[in-house]
Amino acid sequence: MTATLERVDVARTAPAKGRSRARARHRLTVLALMAPATLGFALFFGYPLVATIGFSFTKYDLINAPEWVGWENYAYMFSDKLFRTAVYNTLWFVVVLTAARVVFALGVASVIARLKSGVGLVRTLCYLPSLAPPVAATLVFFLVMRPNEGPLDAFLGWFGVDGPLWFADPVWAKPGIAAVVLWVSGDLMIIILAAILDVPQEQYEAAELDGAGPVRRWWHVTLPTISPVLVFGVVNSIILALQLFTQAVVAGSAASGSADVTGSTKVLGFPENSTLTFPMWLYTQGFRYFDMGYAAAMATVLFVISFAATALLVQRMRRASHQEER
Amino acid sequence: MTAAAAVVRPVRWRKGLDWVAVHSLGLALGLMFTLPVVFVFLTAVMSDDQAFTKDLWPREWHWGNFVEVFDQAPLLKYLGNSLLYSSLATAGMLVSSIPAAYALAKLRWRGRDVVFLLVVGAMMLPPQVVAVPLYDTWSSLGLTGTLWPLIAPYFLFDAFSIFLLRQFILTIPQSYVDAARVDGCGEFQALLRIVVPMARPGIAATALFCFLYTWNDYFGPLLYTSEKPDQWTLSLALSTFKGMHHVQWNLAMAVTLLIMLPAIVLFAFAQRSFVRGITFTGVKG
Repeated sequence: MTATLERVDVARTAPAKGRSRARARHRLTVLALMAPATLGFALFFGYPLVATIGFSFTKYDLINAPEWVGWENYAYMFSDKLFRTAVYNTLWFVVVLTAARVVFALGVASVIARLKSGVGLVRTLCYLPSLAPPVAATLVFFLVMRPNEGPLDAFLGWFGVDGPLWFADPVWAKPGIAAVVLWVSGDLMIIILAAILDVPQEQYEAAELDGAGPVRRWWHVTLPTISPVLVFGVVNSIILALQLFTQAVVAGSAASGSADVTGSTKVLGFPENSTLTFPMWLYTQGFRYFDMGYAAAMATVLFVISFAATALLVQRMRRASHQEER
Repeated sequence: MTAAAAVVRPVRWRKGLDWVAVHSLGLALGLMFTLPVVFVFLTAVMSDDQAFTKDLWPREWHWGNFVEVFDQAPLLKYLGNSLLYSSLATAGMLVSSIPAAYALAKLRWRGRDVVFLLVVGAMMLPPQVVAVPLYDTWSSLGLTGTLWPLIAPYFLFDAFSIFLLRQFILTIPQSYVDAARVDGCGEFQALLRIVVPMARPGIAATALFCFLYTWNDYFGPLLYTSEKPDQWTLSLALSTFKGMHHVQWNLAMAVTLLIMLPAIVLFAFAQRSFVRGITFTGVKG
């Protein structure tokens, strides 16, 4: 920071002509460095965002020219029963996954942080699953939670409990998918663990002198100090849950027995539409029924919601960086 | 025995109990995360018949299952497609994102903060939001049914990589960059000679994440290539494997294991890059 300021001062004392030339060159350099990214942003985010909103007011099937229909697509959402189902399911995931993911990752990280030996090993074991492709991770749980024959049912059998049909049961399919997501939340664990290990040791010692035990130290020292990272975890989880797609598609199609994801739509949301998420319904409408206008309207709704979540994160980030500068 | 020793003893005893409790919890966690993959492995080496049963332990070890899956589906074809997608995307990302990340981290210019916020916004945007117009455009170019609509953007813009690289480059002391400038280096030379060598761990981590993200990607290949099985990636093919080929549990799990393998191998070689990379995405604003 200070170095840059000095550089500006040096430039200020230089002759005016050279300064403006240097400034023009600097501007050109920035332009050259940012050119590919700017073009890419315009092509793959700027244009499609505007176009999505445009398409959302049309009826478009990819073959015939788009036809203006006004607010019709948005109005249709209120009479579309599966739209409501999809909104409910996605909200379920947003609430459950956000709470479960942050609490779970915080719990695991807190245990790892207190280990005296084997930290590296346990951290690696907890993190590794998060590298698995979501399709593979879902199939792993599909095996573990196989009705009757699966290891989970074998485990429950020891206690005399008969497991449900899991992924084929409308009540248990969503928790099953949530379990898959928790299994692969190792990245959040590592982030929280790093934050816990960054808490200054003196703060713990001061609390210990005041007579605080490990639990109270965790509650009064660890938690407040790492709260910015927990906020990141909440927002990150909300966005993750909003776009939940792969795990739900794979779980539904595998459980339906005809894992023909690409050809038919009847398996999406199996069983009884209990795993039909918002992005899945958007995908089905747009790319299976080729009702691009309606899909674009749903995309616009998804954009508004995820934009709000992102704005929350950005605001927090700026506040945190301001505090850092102070 | 003095009074002081009598006080110390219960404290030490409690500490020991604490140690046992925490370490058995840690052990349980490690097992909980590992066991599912162990079950997958054990099922993968079972015989066709046994894989349908409750058994957890294979009666005979059928290592041939890992070979047989290659006869059941054109896995090598899918592997080739996955490698094409992941390696080209990663190469393109490195070319396009390093300069942008440098400009965002080490140069001062008007609008820089706004541009950075746009990058964060793009990073958070669900891919489904922009799918309709993008699909429309790629289909009018005749490129749907191929992986190019997924690869091409990486040569211009990848929000997550720009974000992560910027975070890494920020940690390079400004004095190094300034010294290069004083020595008469232009910005491009400063980037190539100072920043890129110093940010090598960060660049490695970003490349790893990019490779794995594309390797694991399901929505992209589904959107553009679902009608063209000869263009499928491994992830997409795996989702249809059990149903399409009427194969048994053991073979499906053998493929599942094979697909998870590259990530595990990459991690084994670059564990520190991974951990540093993840930490940078969350903590440093």
